[in-house]
Amino acid sequence: MGYGFVAILRRDLLLAFRNRGEIANPVIFFFIVVTLIPLGLTPEASRLAEIAPGILWVMALLASLLSVEGLFHSDYRDGTLEQLVISPQPLYLMVLAKILAHWLITGLPLTLLAPLLGMMLSLPTAGYLPLVLGLLMGTAVLSLLGAIGAGLTVALRKGGLLLSLIVMPLYMPVLIFGASAVQRSVDGFSVQGPLAVMGALLAFSLLIAPFATAGALRVSMHG
Amino acid sequence: MWQWFHRLGSPRWFYQASGKWLPWLAGITFVLLLIGLMWGLGFAPRDAKQGNSFRIIYIHVPASFLALAGYYVMAIAGAVGLIWKMKLADMVMKSAAPLGAALTFVALITGAIWGKPTWGTYWVWDARITSMLVLLFLYMGVMALQHSYTSVDAANRASAVLSLVGMVNIPIIYKSVDWWYTLHQPATIKFTEAPTMHPDMFHPLLVMIAGFYCFYALVLILNTRSEILHRERRSSWVKDIVLQNQR
Repeated sequence: MGYGFVAILRRDLLLAFRNRGEIANPVIFFFIVVTLIPLGLTPEASRLAEIAPGILWVMALLASLLSVEGLFHSDYRDGTLEQLVISPQPLYLMVLAKILAHWLITGLPLTLLAPLLGMMLSLPTAGYLPLVLGLLMGTAVLSLLGAIGAGLTVALRKGGLLLSLIVMPLYMPVLIFGASAVQRSVDGFSVQGPLAVMGALLAFSLLIAPFATAGALRVSMHG
Repeated sequence: MWQWFHRLGSPRWFYQASGKWLPWLAGITFVLLLIGLMWGLGFAPRDAKQGNSFRIIYIHVPASFLALAGYYVMAIAGAVGLIWKMKLADMVMKSAAPLGAALTFVALITGAIWGKPTWGTYWVWDARITSMLVLLFLYMGVMALQHSYTSVDAANRASAVLSLVGMVNIPIIYKSVDWWYTLHQPATIKFTEAPTMHPDMFHPLLVMIAGFYCFYALVLILNTRSEILHRERRSSWVKDIVLQNQR
């Protein structure tokens, strides 16, 4: 039963490794957009530090959103997705494998890059650990929720903008808890609460999202 | 025992049955809304602090009630359509989306109009207002998805999946927005209304809420009926109706 999971995970990681340029894109996007902030607002360290938690989270959210669009796209065009849907392996696990691969390729690099960008936005030292922990879990939730939208829009010709319209409202809790964990830590409060909620969001979407994505893919294939 | 349920699956049966309910429902809605509006706008006492501006609650509160209830109607109809492959449920779901979005919009607009004299500003990032805005986005997503599919069947099933995902997420979004608000609560604006309403003000509100529920049902049935005619336009019974009307 786990065979499909392992095979898909290996295949997606291998494909990503062979197209290394594509892996870098969301990370570079994240980098560039964060660079725009001091140019547009202010280079003053104290004011940057004030908005850094929110900016970092919003930008990570956008980077994840842009990359999730391509999650099923090439598989849909070359017919792989159809084979996955009709194969006897459980679609739930195969979808989960694709999402896991997506997170390893985009979410994890974003998480690892975040402290560097935090430093550039003069985020106070106390904020780094909750930022990394929050992004570690939060980007996984973003990948899981984004996959539902990607599954629903994969068969549409202009799915990109529609995908953001569908998925953004679902992203809001992640943004709220992620950004407030960093903010609370900077302000000297305990961060256990928001991080625990983030873990709960992860557990819940891990359970529901692959199921909904599998349903969405079936709709897209038969529609 | 399940006969009524299976009968509901037939758009033709529903079209004919709802045709008989419509005059009654329309009458009740009209009477309730008329009584509620006259009582609320004309005869209910002025609010001690807000004066006459409080009277907008007779539109605002029922609209907000139905904006949220409408999402559940849409999602449950979508679930029924997914599980039992019931055509009628799909049509109800499609008709419920713009109706719910419109009511959410009305709730937001009336809230903004009410906010100006009460708090001195049209828009506040308050927990309830923000949740309403998110609800509007959720409705818009379902509607946009519905319109972007060319195949009717795929459009229905895709938007049913999305509205179910949204329904699961609504409590989470509401709770998180609530939590976010308590964290950032601005000190200048107090959102505490009078905790208990005077019965003279409350009774017309109840009438208006009942009237809005009837209005919602009425518009939903009307939308669904036109959707039925559109989708079944190739069937003989619809052609018969059209011919009868032309004669």
